[in-house]
Amino acid sequence: MDRSDKTIFARPEALTDTITHYCPGCTHGIIHRLVAEALDSLGVREKALGVAPVGCSVLAYNYFNCDFLEAPHGRAPALATGFKRLRPDMIVFTYQGDGDLASIGMSEIIHSANRGEKFTTIFVNNAVYGMTGGQMAPTTLAGQITTTCPMGRNVEQTGQPIRMVELLSSLVTPAYLERVAVHTPRHILQAKRAITKAFKYQSEGRCFTLIEVLSTCPTNWGKTPEESVKWLEESLMSYYPLGCKKDPEKPELNDGTV
Amino acid sequence: MAKILMKGNEAIAEAALKAGATNYFCYPITPQTEVAEYLSRRMPEVGGVFLQGESELAVANMLFGASSTGKRVFTTSSSPGISLMQEAISYMAGAQLPVVIVNIMRGGPGLGGILPAQSDYFQATKAGGHGDYRVLVLAPSTIQEAVDLMMLAFHLADKYRNPVMMIGDGMIGQMMEPVEFPEKYKEPPLPPKTWAATGAKGRKPIIIKSLYLDPNLLEDNAWTLHDKYEQMKKEEVRFERYKVSAKNRILLVAYGTMARICQTAIDELEKKRISVGLFRPISLFPFPEKQIYQEAGKKNIGDVLVIEMSMAQMYEDVDRAVRGQKQVSFFGRTGGIVPSPEDVVEQIEKLIDKRKPKAKKKKA
Repeated sequence: MDRSDKTIFARPEALTDTITHYCPGCTHGIIHRLVAEALDSLGVREKALGVAPVGCSVLAYNYFNCDFLEAPHGRAPALATGFKRLRPDMIVFTYQGDGDLASIGMSEIIHSANRGEKFTTIFVNNAVYGMTGGQMAPTTLAGQITTTCPMGRNVEQTGQPIRMVELLSSLVTPAYLERVAVHTPRHILQAKRAITKAFKYQSEGRCFTLIEVLSTCPTNWGKTPEESVKWLEESLMSYYPLGCKKDPEKPELNDGTV
Repeated sequence: MAKILMKGNEAIAEAALKAGATNYFCYPITPQTEVAEYLSRRMPEVGGVFLQGESELAVANMLFGASSTGKRVFTTSSSPGISLMQEAISYMAGAQLPVVIVNIMRGGPGLGGILPAQSDYFQATKAGGHGDYRVLVLAPSTIQEAVDLMMLAFHLADKYRNPVMMIGDGMIGQMMEPVEFPEKYKEPPLPPKTWAATGAKGRKPIIIKSLYLDPNLLEDNAWTLHDKYEQMKKEEVRFERYKVSAKNRILLVAYGTMARICQTAIDELEKKRISVGLFRPISLFPFPEKQIYQEAGKKNIGDVLVIEMSMAQMYEDVDRAVRGQKQVSFFGRTGGIVPSPEDVVEQIEKLIDKRKPKAKKKKA
């Protein structure tokens, strides 16, 4: 057996050597790593700027080894717009949850996408407000129990959950929109390809790119990590289908210029 | 450079460019929209960034991102728009980001009206958003002064790493006057912007934030900000006196357009042999407290009269500065109504009549 000293697995350079505060069974850690691997593979860590949201990943700036801004709730796309307009040579990304992006920050994300801002958004959707303790989000499924809909989400009063990738895909300008998941090794590999592609498109100067990542929240779902994976696969994925909605390489998905 | 006739809003825009601020984010609102229109043409000429955002909320947050690059950035708006910007102003003050915000004030509250007012004095000078912070506030009374203060605003923002607000009423924005720009804007040297996010190449990552979950660190940040505001109080108090002399019986305190109207009233009163002086704060934060205390304390001064295009807002700061030495009265019009010099003269004559000893002949 060959026992050479070749490193086969290591922490990406774009991550710091820090223990995260994320709960057991949460997939933020996996998603952080995929973003970091994408920055490393494109060699852009030293010219990268991340924008952290308000929510569970508010402290993302402690885990990424690149420059970071901490935005007001929902405003990460506005900060990213301001920064990237002045520094088009840098690689800019926002990392946002579903309360941040699909509720309080709906206006900022839609207009950034529509202006074709040249940054990448990593949108982590776990169908709940995590940091404040599991309240109903715009993405909470019909009938799903949260602390502000203890009888289950009543869609007659609160509407059906918002599908962000589909909503944004109605815009002509965005370059790349895809929904992925990270609950199995196969899905992680697919997600990694999508995230890397988004950053590659950005470095080519293409318009707005967004990857929605379906994530687990065992703590606020009241489930074990294993049950959470199962619920994600059975419930979340059937309402939020995985797949690409816009890609410059797939002209059949585009209804206009990119 | 020769004098040119310019509208206030356009002159303010050009002054920013002269100060090297070539990054502008905006949202249309009366009565300052000419700044945006002017810069939409000028920015491409100077190779700058012009962007019309989807709301004032977004615009102010774009400034947060843009300022983080270390380059000079600014916006202009009017009262309701400035209210929407308060979120990001609080965050930028907390994160110590330099930015210049111009408020061409209109009447409020609410949607109010579109005519000139000074009713955002409290909002500008007392921290319009949440948290322990202040913004440095400058108030011009002529278009030339608006040009000069606009250029100074960028220097002060960088010097203190703090938002600076220039407030002018709608008159300052809409009026045309001859102005002169410097051939080349000169300013004292500033320290390098080592805090800017420029990419973590050969250094540790830079994080620009206002979040401190550890209360000790949050308090430390509050003290850092407090120390800056104390330094501003020592170094940045600006004011002007008009016809202040030992003959004055009354001291007027007014700023911006209102101060100019008071000057005309003072000239009129002079003809009637009534001597009145004007104290005009130029920096509203830091407020020229000590100077007002001294002027009001002089023996010849019987009354202090604060005149505003708002409802006794600056009055509170003047009354506090005078510290009970003299009676401080208020006169103001608001909602877009601008007092005339005759209105001011009338108020002063009334005040003098009140102080006259009452004749006692009736009792005889």
